[in-house]
Amino acid sequence: MLISRAPRFTSNDITDAKHYLTRREWMLGAAALTLLPGESAAATPQGEPLKAARNDAQSLREPATKFESATTYNNFYEFGVNKPDPARLAHTLKPRPWTVRVDGLVHKPKTHDIDDLLRLSPLEERVYALRCVEGWSMIIPWIGFPLASLLKRAEPTGQAKYAEFTTLLDPSQFPGQRSSLFGFSLDWPYTEGLRLDEALHPLTLLTVGMYGQVLPNQNGAPVRVVVPWKYGFKSAKSIVRIRLTSEQPATAWNKAAPQEYGFYSNVNPAVDHPRWSQATERRIGEFRRRPTLPFNGYADQVAPLYASLDLKKYY
Amino acid sequence: MSRRVRLALKGVVWGVCLVPLATLVYWFARDDLTANPISFVTTTLGDWTLRILLASLAMTPIRLVLGVSWPITLRRLLGLFAFFYVCLHGSVWIVLDFFFDWPRMWEDILKRPYITMGMLGLLSLIPLAATSTAGMIKRLGARRWRRLHRLAYLAGVAGSIHFLWLAKVGRTDQYWYVATLALLLAIRLGDVALRAVRRRRERRGARVATASIRMP
Ligand code: HEM
Repeated sequence: MLISRAPRFTSNDITDAKHYLTRREWMLGAAALTLLPGESAAATPQGEPLKAARNDAQSLREPATKFESATTYNNFYEFGVNKPDPARLAHTLKPRPWTVRVDGLVHKPKTHDIDDLLRLSPLEERVYALRCVEGWSMIIPWIGFPLASLLKRAEPTGQAKYAEFTTLLDPSQFPGQRSSLFGFSLDWPYTEGLRLDEALHPLTLLTVGMYGQVLPNQNGAPVRVVVPWKYGFKSAKSIVRIRLTSEQPATAWNKAAPQEYGFYSNVNPAVDHPRWSQATERRIGEFRRRPTLPFNGYADQVAPLYASLDLKKYY
Repeated sequence: MSRRVRLALKGVVWGVCLVPLATLVYWFARDDLTANPISFVTTTLGDWTLRILLASLAMTPIRLVLGVSWPITLRRLLGLFAFFYVCLHGSVWIVLDFFFDWPRMWEDILKRPYITMGMLGLLSLIPLAATSTAGMIKRLGARRWRRLHRLAYLAGVAGSIHFLWLAKVGRTDQYWYVATLALLLAIRLGDVALRAVRRRRERRGARVATASIRMP
């Protein structure tokens, strides 16, 4: 019985909108079809549609995680520490008006309005694996364009070695940023960082949508990065600033627990989290755990970035 | 207390303790166990293991503080329910998380301090469940049985440390459980100390009394 609630998505094609339906909607749909011929079967996710051509070369051939799972099972501490909190409180975030400042060690610092940013470069759909440091994973069709397109426009100076991403700081929009009884642990605003070569890597996606629609608030609206070979927390959400620096930036989780969350945090089955193994993961929607792949399956594209790095030391 | 009231109280405990399990079954039937059902089931069962275990440990302190005796009739039942939930909680780990992969489970027990602590909690409840029958109380003798059943506190401490160690940065609910356990332990230790003082005083009183008798 348990197996039936963890469908394995065997044969469906990922582009198909069917994937975005939940099993319950499927069953309702099937019931509706038999009972009321001619009526539309099931609801597709409501959300503003966002058109983008599929980048096949950079897309996995695996079926996407259910849209419902990808939008209700989230880690986004700005809303709260529990998985359902982001979906429950998502309405408190206002993704318009919004600007993203690109500055630091660049020749052309600029504040981009979000709607201009959306037109900066052609949008692509890319189906990436997402591996959470907690040991679960999803397959998500993101929409965006390479972060490099934005950064190159700013013309990084010769000293720029790192990129620092800052998430919006506003406790009125992010209830999780309000102080709590025991005091909170993450040092708001959330900051994350990448080495510049990682930030410029063609896989690193500046992301504004998913599942054919505008990015839902709980997934980091209006704009986030997606770095598919690193644990999920490296992919900063609801970004208001990207600053290029010469020094390695301090990052939120690294500050909170340095021995657990390294600056690099590349997906690595050989380096365990101090409290649990990273050798396997549970793909959301599947029953059994599956082995975790080095660099989350992107080793052939990104392993050369770390040729001279001891990945056990720089976890 | 009348037998009827005692039975009613036990009925309430049965009802309350079965609600979490029934809710899980209900959510399961409605396909509503979140996107990560296995993790959700594990943590829900873990939460209720600790809640019920703390409830069983609270019975004696409640009796001490309020001076009522009815909590004691519920202690054993609550303890057995805690054992029932920890068995389910551990089974999910064995069956759904590791799928009977014994070598990897063994590795996990040794390598992850939080699993080691959880196991210690489970193991310390086994002798208590095994000796929970009236026959066993008689066989062991009330005194030895009571002493053995102080292991329940070890289970509480191990379970709380298990929770402290697995909780991610940013979580705070684990501290409520730890604070509750600390309060319960403090009441019991306070009671032990109080009784020791009283006994000493009584003994001294007795000595003085004997001495005065001897004096001609
Ligand atoms: C007296 C014994 C135990 C108590 C009181 C206990 C209690 C708990 C509690 C309160 C949680 C946290 C649930 C949450 O996140 O809200 C938990 C999680 C967990 N426990 Fe236990 N537990 C016990 C024994 C065990 C045993 C024997 C095992 C397995 C061998 C185990 C495995 C786990 C696992 C895998 C988790 C989930 C950790 C995660 O969130 O990743 N526990 N337990």
